[in-house]
Amino acid sequence: MFLQQLINGLTLGAVYALIALGYTMVYGILQLINFAHGEVYMLGAYLGIIILGFLTSIGFTAISLPLAIIITLVISMIFCSAYGMTIEKIAYKPLRNAPRLSPLISAIGVSIFLQNFVMLSQGATDRVFPPLLNAEGLTFLNARITYLQIFILIASVLMMVGLHLFIMKTKLGKAMRATAQDRKMASLLGIDIDQVISITFIIGSGLAAAAGVMVAMYYGLVNYFIGYVAGIKAFTAAVLGGIGSIPGAMLGGIILGLMEALGASYISSEYKDAFAFGLLIIILILKPEGLLGRRVGDRS
Amino acid sequence: MIKKFIRILLLSLWFGAITFPFTGIRNAILLSISIMASLILWNTLSKGIIKREGIEIVSKRIQTFSSKIPRRILALFFIFLFLILPLFMNNYFIDIANLTGIYIILALGLNVVVGLAGLLNLGFVAFYAIGAYSYAILSTQVNFSFWASLPIVILLVGISGILLGFPALRLKGDYLAIVTLGFGEMTRLVLNNWDSVTKGPNGILNIAPPEVGSIVFREPIHYYYLILIFVILTTFAIKRINNSKIGRAWVAIREDEVAAEAMGIDTVRMKLLSFSFGAIWAGLGGVLFAAKMRFVSPESFTFFESVIILCMVILGGMGSIAGVILGAMILVLLPEALRGFEHYRMLALGAGLILMMVFKPEGILGGPRRRAELRPDDERIYMQEIEIISKPKF
Repeated sequence: MFLQQLINGLTLGAVYALIALGYTMVYGILQLINFAHGEVYMLGAYLGIIILGFLTSIGFTAISLPLAIIITLVISMIFCSAYGMTIEKIAYKPLRNAPRLSPLISAIGVSIFLQNFVMLSQGATDRVFPPLLNAEGLTFLNARITYLQIFILIASVLMMVGLHLFIMKTKLGKAMRATAQDRKMASLLGIDIDQVISITFIIGSGLAAAAGVMVAMYYGLVNYFIGYVAGIKAFTAAVLGGIGSIPGAMLGGIILGLMEALGASYISSEYKDAFAFGLLIIILILKPEGLLGRRVGDRS
Repeated sequence: MIKKFIRILLLSLWFGAITFPFTGIRNAILLSISIMASLILWNTLSKGIIKREGIEIVSKRIQTFSSKIPRRILALFFIFLFLILPLFMNNYFIDIANLTGIYIILALGLNVVVGLAGLLNLGFVAFYAIGAYSYAILSTQVNFSFWASLPIVILLVGISGILLGFPALRLKGDYLAIVTLGFGEMTRLVLNNWDSVTKGPNGILNIAPPEVGSIVFREPIHYYYLILIFVILTTFAIKRINNSKIGRAWVAIREDEVAAEAMGIDTVRMKLLSFSFGAIWAGLGGVLFAAKMRFVSPESFTFFESVIILCMVILGGMGSIAGVILGAMILVLLPEALRGFEHYRMLALGAGLILMMVFKPEGILGGPRRRAELRPDDERIYMQEIEIISKPKF
């Protein structure tokens, strides 16, 4: 029982961590809570269904299922990166010097727009993910871990390691870190700030899309309002780990996933969503800098 | 010229390309053609008649026109107009007017918190819900009348405003917004799951209607006058507090908290006051809503409701009472008028919020002071302020 919940929680946590990375990266660079990030995740999940449905209809999934899933993941990530970049250009870039309330409100606008766009184009009812992966898996010590869970865990870890290497080892990653530390100084030193911001949104949205596709496969269901709750939970994870800190987002995601899985089975499943909100409020009040973040005077 | 055209072409192709998985190829082509057409139209027109300042000129004219008429006469005229208005409306329109009135009260309440004190509260609907549910419970389980419940509910909501305010005040800006959002959602979850008291998702039925003397409120027109009285009361109270020492203290906190504190304003007390003072009106709105519908359920108090109320405040102009009333009217009446396009109106609301923030962040009737604050790029004086504000925080 406990081990089972631990596995479920880890899977969920890995997904939260992927979404949380998008929040934390954007916050690190723009000091902006990208409210529309949850919607990008939702778009990713829908794209997963659409692309996998298309691949099934041309008979590709019958040839190689794992390959089809990976192709779906990649295409969905590419599209969502484009969405993320477009959202930034339309809704955030013109407001870069405005008071902080303005981009927050336009982000809410983006969020409403995208939800209704998907509802109009894909229908208001639940979409079912094609049941390609049955619940096969490994059993040990009375706990089951399905192949899908293994896939989610491995894919998430790979992406996080990839992101870490990108930020620490490449020139662009260095530019991103510099921009996060001091935007004006970075631009004086010849870093193209607009490009760095675009790339931040591209990477964050790509990760959210991957999370969306994997969650859609995991739960088998998608609807147009999943982005809101997932967004809040991922934001909680980002704040828990210390917003702006990339390892923090990963840690926060895992902790939140575990807490939710264990809380739902041992305390109350009705209040499952309330754990995230409650945790968020408690952290923000008691330790707003999070577990791995730096203390910043402006926040508290 | 050709360069510009290529830009427009690429832009519309881009939008077609990113939307086609969702809309299908045919609709995506239609979309990119219509984007292209509207961009070309905009480009040609913007050189001639329509300038970006067009909207501003119109709203400035409205403002100068309205400033010529004495305020008191204007107010009396509107009160008179609204008093006789239901004589020309059928029950359907009176019902919509009632809803508009409730939203005006809610929007004015939120305006105190967001517009005056500058604290973004995304969980405002929680107070609305607490107000509606308190009256529902008092009415169905303790058999309290509308008038007896009203002071109790307002006290309760005021206290819950302070309770939320205490922890939330340690936070600023985005963080405050998120915590209040969490508070709003938690309230809804509790209403949804605490079956023994709130009857869960089914909601509470058979709430007693208000009574005055021997008249029991049953017809929409009864509620119309009840709500109208409360709207006038709210407007009057908020207008008075707006111009008082407290109101000026709120504005000072919004503009610069450190400076306000240095001038001797007790910022903590003032922020708490704005939270609970704003909440009171939400509670009043909730009581009226519960009395009018005679039924409450958690569905009426979603996060989306908070967003709509916030939109009313922003659309009309944060901090301006006339603007907020106008915003509430537009956002209740316009969707009713556009019933045929039911699905597209939410799409338009989202797009409208973005466009509003980009082109006219101070709202339709936002004053010059607000404009100066929200458009730091326009005035030279504010350049220095940007230097301070945009200093990186890491």
